[in-house]
Amino acid sequence: MAFLRNRKFLDFLLQFAFLGTVIGLIVSAVVIGRENMAAQGLTGGFAFLEQATGWGISFSLVDYSIQDTYSHALKVGILNTLFLGVITLTLATIIGLTAASARLSSNKLLAKMGVSFVEIFRNIPLVLQALFWYAIMSNLPKAKQAISPFEGVFLSNRGAYFPGLNVTGGSAAIAIALFILAVSLAIWIAVARRTSRMQPSRRRMMWVGTVVAGALVSIAVLAAGRIPGTELLSIPYLKGLNFREGIRLTPELMAAIVAISLYGAAFIAEIFRAGLLSIRKGMGEAGAALGLRPYQVFFRIRLPLAIRAVLPTLTNQYVWLMKATTIGIAIGFNDFFMVVAVSINQSGQTLSLILILILGFWALNLSLSAVFNWINRRIALKGTQNR
Amino acid sequence: MSSLTQKMETIRNDYFSTRGNAVISSVCIALLLWIGWTLVDWGLLNAKFSADEGIDGCRAVSGACWAVIDARARLIFFGLYPYEEHWRSALACLAIILVTVLSCIPCFWTTRRLAFLWLAGFATFYVLMRGGVLGMTEVLETEWGGLALTLFIFSAVCIVGMPMAIVFALLRRSQYTVIATTMALVIDGIRSLPLLSIMFTAALVLTFVLPDWLQGDKLYRVIFGYSLFFACYQAEIIRGGMQSLPAGQEEAAKALGLNYFQRISRIVLPQAFRNALPPTINQFVVTFKETSLVTIVGFFDVLASGNAAFSSGEWLTTYVEVYFFVALIYFSFVFSLSRYGAYLETRLRVGQH
Repeated sequence: MAFLRNRKFLDFLLQFAFLGTVIGLIVSAVVIGRENMAAQGLTGGFAFLEQATGWGISFSLVDYSIQDTYSHALKVGILNTLFLGVITLTLATIIGLTAASARLSSNKLLAKMGVSFVEIFRNIPLVLQALFWYAIMSNLPKAKQAISPFEGVFLSNRGAYFPGLNVTGGSAAIAIALFILAVSLAIWIAVARRTSRMQPSRRRMMWVGTVVAGALVSIAVLAAGRIPGTELLSIPYLKGLNFREGIRLTPELMAAIVAISLYGAAFIAEIFRAGLLSIRKGMGEAGAALGLRPYQVFFRIRLPLAIRAVLPTLTNQYVWLMKATTIGIAIGFNDFFMVVAVSINQSGQTLSLILILILGFWALNLSLSAVFNWINRRIALKGTQNR
Repeated sequence: MSSLTQKMETIRNDYFSTRGNAVISSVCIALLLWIGWTLVDWGLLNAKFSADEGIDGCRAVSGACWAVIDARARLIFFGLYPYEEHWRSALACLAIILVTVLSCIPCFWTTRRLAFLWLAGFATFYVLMRGGVLGMTEVLETEWGGLALTLFIFSAVCIVGMPMAIVFALLRRSQYTVIATTMALVIDGIRSLPLLSIMFTAALVLTFVLPDWLQGDKLYRVIFGYSLFFACYQAEIIRGGMQSLPAGQEEAAKALGLNYFQRISRIVLPQAFRNALPPTINQFVVTFKETSLVTIVGFFDVLASGNAAFSSGEWLTTYVEVYFFVALIYFSFVFSLSRYGAYLETRLRVGQH
């Protein structure tokens, strides 16, 4: 029995046993799950994805009807999660940055208001905030007495109505994609090292030109994709008991946007505050000594340096916000998680759907952090000095 | 007199030093006055506080209808717990709050004392809530609710999750590559999932993949799922604390002939916890806030009982007041805990360079 005293063999045995236990747990769960499904007369696998769902989805960016398949419903859910995520990440960053700069303002009163904003919205659970805003949104006045803060915008208990365009979904998607591409290209021209040796005026002309060209091409695509026989601009108007035309945001979506943006903004404000505080005072003072105005010192010196300092933390916060979109289920917004939950309820295909849920979130979070880590690597200073 | 001029001077420096500053201050003052006046006008001056006349008393006033809190406070705090036994639920909550406050005092910061404190507090809570002994009638977990349920889930997750987190952290930095890699995959995998999906899986899906004898009550399954999630986050925090220890600490312990468990329990973990105290407190804060997610998987915690307080009977229109009240409950817990964390952070920074 000499091998039992062999250190290498024991190490191997220990690791093998650990891995075996973990794999064994997963396999036994799958086996029991399959048995339970067989007892209910269901077959596993992914064939159900091609069956019609038979249930509706209240908010969808693409066409969806109850005859559509499960795979299509899941696609709608992913799109909704991405849609909600992009809107809330953008809003939360803008509000958070505003709150952070208010908090660091030399004006004590403004600073105190920044602190109160952060403390109030950070210390109340997100679900509670979402339910609160949903209660507010669904208790807005009826369509006939809708609140209209601006011409063509209406807030009622049926949701918010904005002016939109009468274009096909495909052309809208292409136009948005083209425009985002143009803006990204313009940002690249404005900051990339390769274009840094150009004349500043020529460089500015090039990136402004790219944005304008992108906008013009997008407008052309939108005009070409116009639905025949309708006005290009679709402005909501009251007819009978409800609004016609325009773009409608459901109360669920509105509540989710407001709740997640404000909650996320409170956290992002703290991150930006830490970043702005970590910039040495001399940096700003040097800028001021060179004759830059206060806003120039903020936007050209302190903010870029702060973004470089906080980007890793910010990435974690973005991933966290993306996961937070799942509270949509509390108020009935059809995000990816809610679609999966409803699918489990309706089809009984628990194992496959849980696998899809897990893989979906892994893919979402991994790609989000991959993008931001790439940006982080690009803007990080080369060499050993940190700042 | 001079103190008054001094005060005026400070006010001028702080708020009206330049023209731009003066404009900002005036706008802020106007905004604050408007918000303050609206809140006072709505919440105090035109509000109805007593529930004697029911909802009709509220229809007569234009402000807040705090009468709903007067009428439904017991529902919000105790949920569906039997009416005559509410004192037990209140005492149980006090026990957990007391334990939390005590464990904020440094003289309790040893493993043995903290473990004893929490186990004693938790046992008191459980006996009081569950009953069945000392002449108290038995109340099953399915009837628990309100603040007591929120506190129960929170403390159970911390008690179960903390040892789990330590084990996870140790496994992740294990010298055996296979164990470390597997644990890293598990921890990162669970961390990148939303908590809600884990609770949902624990509540509704685990029944499906567990053998019958292991299923237990839905409440305990959700607590287990939440603890797993907590442990994965906390494990990374502990690991961060361990990584900031100089390697010499463990090497010196090894040179002195201490074995693995002595090294970990006497040298590494105490220092790792000290390093990781601020993020650990933060993790507790987040964990308390996110217990509210159990509402979605069908538990009657303080948020769900708040929902029930206005969505049944005559109080349908009083949702703002009820959410205000429930938010205040959460806020007082979370805010005091996070203030304590901030205080601790500044205190720990003293003496460190």
